[in-house]
Amino acid sequence: MSWTDIGALTDIPLRGARIVKTPAGCIAVFRTDEAEVFATSNKCAHKGGPLAEGIVHGKQVTCPLHNWVYSLETGEAQGADEGSIATYPVKIEDGRLLLDTDAVAARNAA
Amino acid sequence: MQKLVVIGAGMASGRVLEHLFDTAPEAFDVTLFNAEPRGNYNRIMLSPVLSGEKTFEEIVTHDDAWYADNKVTTRFGEKVTKIDRDRKVVVGENGEVAYDKLIIGTGSAPFIIPMPGHDLPGVVAYRDLEDTNAMIDASAKPGGKAVVIGGGLLGLEAAAGLRLRGMDVTVLHIMGHLMERQLDEAAGYLLKQDLEKRGINVMLKAQTKCIEGDGKVERVLLEDGTVLEADIVCMAVGIRPAATLGQDAGLEMGRAIKVDAQMRTSDPDILAVGECVEFDGNLFGLVAPLYDQAKVLAKTLLGEDDAFKMRELSTKLKVTGCDLFSAGDFAEGDAREDIVFRDPKRGVYKRLVIEDDKLVGAVMYGDTADSNWFFGLIKDGSDISEMRDTIIFGPAFQGGGAAAADPLAAVAALPADAEICGCNGVCKGTIVTAIEGAATTLDDVKAITKASASCGTCTGLVEQVLAVTLGDSFEAKAEKPICKCTDLTHEDVRRLIKSQELKSQPAVWQQLAWKTPNGCHVCRPAINYYLLADWPLDYQDDLQSRFVNERNHANIQKDGTYSVMPRMWGGMTDPDELIAIAQAAKKFDAVVKVTGGQRIDLLGIKKEDLPAIWSDLNDAGMVSGHAYTKGLRTVKTCVGSDWCRFGTQDSTGLGIKLEKRLWGSWTPHKVKLGVSGCPRNCAEATCKDVGVICVDSGYQIGVAGAAGMDVKETERLIDVATEEEAIEWTVAFVQLYRENAKYLDRAYKWVAKVGLDWVKETLDDPATRAALIERFDISQSVYQHDPWAEHVENRKAQYAPLADLTTEAAE
Ligand code: SRM
Ligand SMILES: Cc1cc2nc3c(=O)[nH]c(=O)nc-3n(C[C@H](O)[C@H](O)[C@H](O)COP(=O)(O)OP(=O)(O)OC[C@H]3O[C@@H](n4cnc5c(N)ncnc54)[C@H](O)[C@@H]3O)c2cc1C
Ligand code: SF4
Ligand code: FES
Repeated sequence: MSWTDIGALTDIPLRGARIVKTPAGCIAVFRTDEAEVFATSNKCAHKGGPLAEGIVHGKQVTCPLHNWVYSLETGEAQGADEGSIATYPVKIEDGRLLLDTDAVAARNAA
Repeated sequence: MQKLVVIGAGMASGRVLEHLFDTAPEAFDVTLFNAEPRGNYNRIMLSPVLSGEKTFEEIVTHDDAWYADNKVTTRFGEKVTKIDRDRKVVVGENGEVAYDKLIIGTGSAPFIIPMPGHDLPGVVAYRDLEDTNAMIDASAKPGGKAVVIGGGLLGLEAAAGLRLRGMDVTVLHIMGHLMERQLDEAAGYLLKQDLEKRGINVMLKAQTKCIEGDGKVERVLLEDGTVLEADIVCMAVGIRPAATLGQDAGLEMGRAIKVDAQMRTSDPDILAVGECVEFDGNLFGLVAPLYDQAKVLAKTLLGEDDAFKMRELSTKLKVTGCDLFSAGDFAEGDAREDIVFRDPKRGVYKRLVIEDDKLVGAVMYGDTADSNWFFGLIKDGSDISEMRDTIIFGPAFQGGGAAAADPLAAVAALPADAEICGCNGVCKGTIVTAIEGAATTLDDVKAITKASASCGTCTGLVEQVLAVTLGDSFEAKAEKPICKCTDLTHEDVRRLIKSQELKSQPAVWQQLAWKTPNGCHVCRPAINYYLLADWPLDYQDDLQSRFVNERNHANIQKDGTYSVMPRMWGGMTDPDELIAIAQAAKKFDAVVKVTGGQRIDLLGIKKEDLPAIWSDLNDAGMVSGHAYTKGLRTVKTCVGSDWCRFGTQDSTGLGIKLEKRLWGSWTPHKVKLGVSGCPRNCAEATCKDVGVICVDSGYQIGVAGAAGMDVKETERLIDVATEEEAIEWTVAFVQLYRENAKYLDRAYKWVAKVGLDWVKETLDDPATRAALIERFDISQSVYQHDPWAEHVENRKAQYAPLADLTTEAAE
């Protein structure tokens, strides 16, 4: 694991998201609760909608383009829609956000 | 006898000594250092001491006699400054002591935010008896004021204690709800209400800037300019392990002193226990696991086998009357299922989180009677599939036969005098009588008995009574609930937000018994709109509850870029605006399109460029065209009497006036206007939400037209003689629509529901019109600001990526 500092927890609004640009594409980092974050691919499995722009509710996000709903924990599309997005380890330490860039790179190589 | 030295007479090390003396009283010759000038006391009971419910003497756990009986050499009030591992001695302020075995139990130090003024006398933390006494002393002054920074467990216990001692207390919390580590928003909302009822002022999202005073604390300043007077400031914002002794001695460290499951540090003769240790990546802040550690440590010292294991923790707040409980992992997810129970009348909220047929978390507020039972289920990992349907009602409901398992059977089993509607005091018998009379629908029951006519949360129960009494002939109501988060319809929710004066989203979720913790993408934008429309001055618009276009003030395109469309008042523009638009289009590589709404669209703009292009357009005097909102879009006009040989009135001028009056307002769906200079109607005014046709005698105002998925001609609202009246009626109509329509109903759909006659009758009264216009203007005082300029100034950073790792990783 290679934990990389990507910013402060408070840089992301509650129930909002920000993106991180990586060589493997854009990662969306979601803040679902005061101190709870998830990182996933920013690209909707349907038609590539930017998930960081979706409405965040519970531990889910709704794609802004055609309303697919994803679990941020598993990356699986919910309900009748079928598809999934990659999820990546991210953690909060002393108010900073750490992303596992090895996992991001591994996903890219795979 | 082996020499055992203990650093710190705290809750954890105290337990270690108790175990040692119980099992092997003669094994060690003990020396005990403590920086505090006293021996062991029950630190967690400082809160009742602060509030005056207990004395300090009552919370002492080991008194002088106890230390004497166990032949402990006590060195209280003496800090250990160094551990010399080579010589195996501990260096205290008053001299050295040699050890065979050493225990570090130094606990934590409170974290003090290093803001200006943090070192003024009168600024205290909340950790020991000295802090507690300082607060008690401050409360002796009549009418004294206290500010507590931090709305976690400790801060709130301090606040409650100071309040009980008669102080005027304000809690400043940086997060959006209290105790966010332990509670979800709904429980945090109830807790805040309860504290406020007790006279404690709670300020959320409060950013403290500095503390000021002349020689002692006098006031606290917030970033937003608020000034709070203070005789004492208690900073309870967190703790840091007190682990420097271990670090200086070269022990293996993480964020604290690392220990193995036997509580040994990297030096086999040194053990550590309590908040100063890190085990398997975990730090500690509650006593339950520390007691487990103490037991293991004692066994390790005596050469017995045992291992420390992490276990589930639960939290309660020691404030009398604020019953809360939180345990396990209560954040919800998808493999997980939530069971939520809310009783708005009693202020009760319970939420259980279930995963794989096991209870994994629980949050409760207002009624924690069953918390131990739930906590047991979490700890044991019990299979709860059998009792899933009724588990939320607690142990009393389990194994209770049919009535417990089937809700309909449960309702059928209720006696006639069981109360169904708490607000109106209607019992089951009354409802059954009404149904046996003639009532066959929910609305009938409402009309006859008033059941479910107030807060509406018993609607489901009333329907069940209907179902039980009528059997198959009962059909559930046709109007659908907003979404799966609630049983209420849009109309219900709008009415209840007004009648119960609900002014925040958590208030709506709690008081209207939402079934999910914080809504979904369907209800959140609707509730956000209702709240901002009904309480423009009280409610803070929530960008995270808005669809992307309204959050980013531009229309998202299928490739993730955006379109940018500045306002062109009434379709008028001039060379300077056109030049600025052309330059912006070149600079940001935009595709340019003339829209059907008489203005120019710049397409294909990247998100990170939005603030820059807005700034350029702002500089040329242009503002957002709101082409992305449920709000005022365009006012289409024709050239009118200014140029046209048939024009009867200044249609362009009136259009511009209307647009300048209405822009910026949020509405249930988009609102488009048209003003044509004569009945030839070149501005297509007769298919708009509001369309004005100018005629010789004045202005014909039509409303409720449509030209999208449905096409429909406007219906005449009124004919007026002057421009002022035309504006007055238009504004009043728009406000009536704003206050009453269901979210996402265009004006024509809403008018079809309420009837044009009702709209006409209502607006016919000049006083009503004036009141509507006044409320519209109050809302405009908040919302008629160019969002582009505002975002360029305050939210620019949000448009850029959080981080760019493409360059770093490429190396
Ligand atoms: C740009 C424009 C087309 C054009 O190139 O001319 C346009 C573009 C869109 N329209 Fe429109 N409408 C445009 C004029 C119209 C008109 C004509 C008019 O305003 O005179 C109509 C018919 C009148 C009406 O409003 O009903 C119109 C009826 C719709 C509808 C159907 C609304 C309905 O209630 O039936 C939608 C869908 C919706 O809002 O849910 C829609 C939705 C859209 C959206 C926002 C689709 C979307 O959700 O992404 C398009 C955004 C494209 C973009 O990124 O900019 N657009 N749209 C026009 C912008 C006008 C402006 O200056 O603001
Ligand atoms: C007001 C309050 C209310 C609380 N309520 C609860 C609750 O309801 N439930 C719960 O589970 N937990 C509660 N806690 C937390 C709980 O008190 C702590 O988790 C617990 O006291 C930690 O025990 P410890 O032995 O690690 O440290 P401590 O009890 O802090 O003991 C450490 C001791 O070491 C001494 N020391 C430090 N450095 C040195 C040195 N260099 N030389 C000599 N001595 C030193 C300190 O003076 C201190 O006396 C509360 C805490 C406070 C302050
Ligand atoms: S008619 Fe409107 S919504 Fe449909 S494709 Fe054209 S711009 Fe988009
Ligand atoms: S692109 Fe995400 S739902 Fe279509």
